[in-house]
Amino acid sequence: MAKLNVNGRVVEVDASPDTPLLWALREHVGLTGTKYGCGIAACGACSVHLDGQVVRSCAMPLSAIAEDQKIVTIEGLSPDGSHPVQVAWRELDVPQCGFCQSGMIMAAAALLAATPRPTDAQIDEAMTNICRCGTYNRVRAGIHRAAGAGAAG
Amino acid sequence: MGTTTASRRAVLKGAAGAVLLGFHIPAGDALGQAPAQVPEINAWVVIHPDDRVVLRMARSEMGQGTRTGLAQMIAEELHCDWSKITTEYVTPGQSLARNRAWGNFLTAGSQGIRQSQDYVRRGGAAARIMLVQAAAGRWGVPAAECSARNGVVTHGPTGRTLRYGEVAAEAARLSPPAEVPLKEPGAWTVIGQSVPRLDTADKTTGKLIYGMDLRMPGMLVAVPRRCPVFGGRVRSFDANAVRGMPGVRHVLQVGESCVAVVADTFWQAKTALDALPVAWDAGDNGRVQQSTIEAMLDEGLNATEAFVGNSVGDARAAIAGAARRVEAVYAYPFQNHAPMEPMNATVVWTPTHCDVWCPTQNGEAALVAAAQAAGLPQTACDIHRVDLGGGFGRRTTHDWLIDAVLIARQVPGVPVKTMWTREEDMVQGRYHPVTKCKLTAGLDANGEITGLHMRISGQSILSFVFPTALQNGRDPVQFQGLNAGGTEGAIGYGFPNLLIDHAMRNTHVPPHFWRGVNHNQNAIYLECFLDEVAHATGQDPLALRRKLMANHPKHLAVLNAVAERIGWGSAPPAGVHRGIAQQMGFGSYVAAAAEVSVSERGELKIHRIVAATDCGVAVNPRQIEMQVEGSFVYGLSALLHGECTVKDGAIEQTNFDSYNVLRMEEMPKVETIVMPSGGFWGGVGEPTIMVAAPAVLNAIFAATGKRIRSVPLKRHDLRRA
Repeated sequence: MAKLNVNGRVVEVDASPDTPLLWALREHVGLTGTKYGCGIAACGACSVHLDGQVVRSCAMPLSAIAEDQKIVTIEGLSPDGSHPVQVAWRELDVPQCGFCQSGMIMAAAALLAATPRPTDAQIDEAMTNICRCGTYNRVRAGIHRAAGAGAAG
Repeated sequence: MGTTTASRRAVLKGAAGAVLLGFHIPAGDALGQAPAQVPEINAWVVIHPDDRVVLRMARSEMGQGTRTGLAQMIAEELHCDWSKITTEYVTPGQSLARNRAWGNFLTAGSQGIRQSQDYVRRGGAAARIMLVQAAAGRWGVPAAECSARNGVVTHGPTGRTLRYGEVAAEAARLSPPAEVPLKEPGAWTVIGQSVPRLDTADKTTGKLIYGMDLRMPGMLVAVPRRCPVFGGRVRSFDANAVRGMPGVRHVLQVGESCVAVVADTFWQAKTALDALPVAWDAGDNGRVQQSTIEAMLDEGLNATEAFVGNSVGDARAAIAGAARRVEAVYAYPFQNHAPMEPMNATVVWTPTHCDVWCPTQNGEAALVAAAQAAGLPQTACDIHRVDLGGGFGRRTTHDWLIDAVLIARQVPGVPVKTMWTREEDMVQGRYHPVTKCKLTAGLDANGEITGLHMRISGQSILSFVFPTALQNGRDPVQFQGLNAGGTEGAIGYGFPNLLIDHAMRNTHVPPHFWRGVNHNQNAIYLECFLDEVAHATGQDPLALRRKLMANHPKHLAVLNAVAERIGWGSAPPAGVHRGIAQQMGFGSYVAAAAEVSVSERGELKIHRIVAATDCGVAVNPRQIEMQVEGSFVYGLSALLHGECTVKDGAIEQTNFDSYNVLRMEEMPKVETIVMPSGGFWGGVGEPTIMVAAPAVLNAIFAATGKRIRSVPLKRHDLRRA
């Protein structure tokens, strides 16, 4: 029985230690906003924050996570969808199908927390998530907009 | 709304309000009974007493914005309060029970709006007429004295008002009007506006429930694996080897070609499936190699027999007698749709009912497939749609759904969510067809084209998907963009002699409609070859095209628009080179101009793409911009990275590590010119993908002097020749 600190709440997860964090979150904790896209940490749809750093949860087994490490998922990024990245996303209609966007938003929020005013090159480097619908240009614009709104604050 | 405590029994009976955690099924769906207390004005419009407006949707939302666009169509005529609008999917079972009240469910071919705009607008108009009539009846005045605006009916002479919600119940009891006139385009106030999408908010908080996210009480999860060689079979498998693994409930054979593990969770099912010993019988297809397929395509390039797609004069004679000839062979590979959400479906099967919850691009086809797999009449089954995590054509066909039903059938009464791994999605795709093309132009002494022959060799989608739609063996879809006329792809050039023909060469790898479909390679073939002719004859590529386009003003208008915006004819920035392309398809005229640079090390940078679209009517310009940007991501992914290859009969690429796609750092700036000329309805989801690759390929030639004639670019050395 693993203990996880998810979105500020300690939850017990009855899953084998090799279970990736992604599936613990989705199938045991019941938080399905974090998506499965590849299972090999290649697409970023499963991105969550671990102690403030963005990680790809599909390739991170529960055994690698300590009880006191703080996990934040899209559901916990803000209580009411008011994180500046989420607001910018709505203002610019960034998502298309939306399936990759939880991961995009988590990656963008982590980028802005570390780099409040990222350049395009820094965005390119940080945002390696895959979107098949083709929202990249709006993701970039959304990050700049959120940066202007003080996402890091 | 749904509760989170529905009993298994309620789910099994498909009772009204069948409940999934976090997911609401519209009342009354599964039993086909009339929904209770629903103030339905007509099939498209429901208005609640508190003025909430529910617009019904037959087409599926997969990111392309059709939900918002169709809502704009209905709202234009309904005169409701936009802020009160929500939408809901109708089920194909409901439609079946009501004599197909919602028409076609197919969401493909960029036709969601253009093929239903007329009847959904009439649905909105008819509802408004009935609401006005109901208010007039309440007041005892002629309806002609009343008008409706923003969800309120006003009696002109007295200024009295009634809200739609106040008269909806009476309106619902009225007979539909016999005459339903529609507004002239000049009077539109909703169509043509860049209203924000109706479905963005839940996509920013993780709340939107996709098929993969569905949960039901007592649900099990199945992970299937099909024989990696198409057409192969299961020879044997050792269920006992994994039966004792954690969470495993069932180890099943599914049809002749598939096995599946059913467990409490996905991870348990996948872990057991990976450990399951399976022996496959690949059959003859197991000997097919990529080289086998290439040789077959090469043979077709010179075959005597071929289906004719477009013919003017005598191209062969013109070429034979030409002063000079230009010839080139192009090739386009298999590609996977790779939507972000792998295939999945949740099914409850009992001996008398089968209910399916899934993302599909065609609810009606899903119902047919599910009923057949369930061994039940369609009236005993239904499809409950959720939004798609990407479609791109993959979810117009239902191989994955059939297997999901066959799995659930072996676990009667239990909700089973069947989920594919990404690896399964990659090797069990329905692929962009593989083709090659030999183009031969005859030129006179002045370098003018006297004849053009385009010989396409390769796979036919229809022969695999809809063989009954073949025309005496000929696949008309093969010639998208090359046809003499029509809405789905008319050629934009006039050649004195022309022959476009197709030597059909099919393989065991199943082809399918793939965003842009056959336009993708046809546009590369023709648009890049015309660039070759321009270069060979010392002509400017734009000037050559203009000369050939005198009788195609709409094609020419979009081409001119991108040429002007990119500054064709003026010098580009140092080190930057330009390419241009145009094509017509899916009812719309599009063109693109690209600016690229190629470093000494052969690294490509696409700086800027200007794209123009004449889609006749522009319903939501911002949505069109989003679709244009997206079409370039999809099209440039295909150009830069997209290739599936065959080894021992199976697809070799298994995940995004071996099947890479475009990332943010490779994405160019996209400038979209929306230039609707009016009078027709064209699609927007696909068209601009057609010109993505040829515009960039032509720019690469300008930059390097290298003519790249096969996709993807990752196989080519782009260092200057």
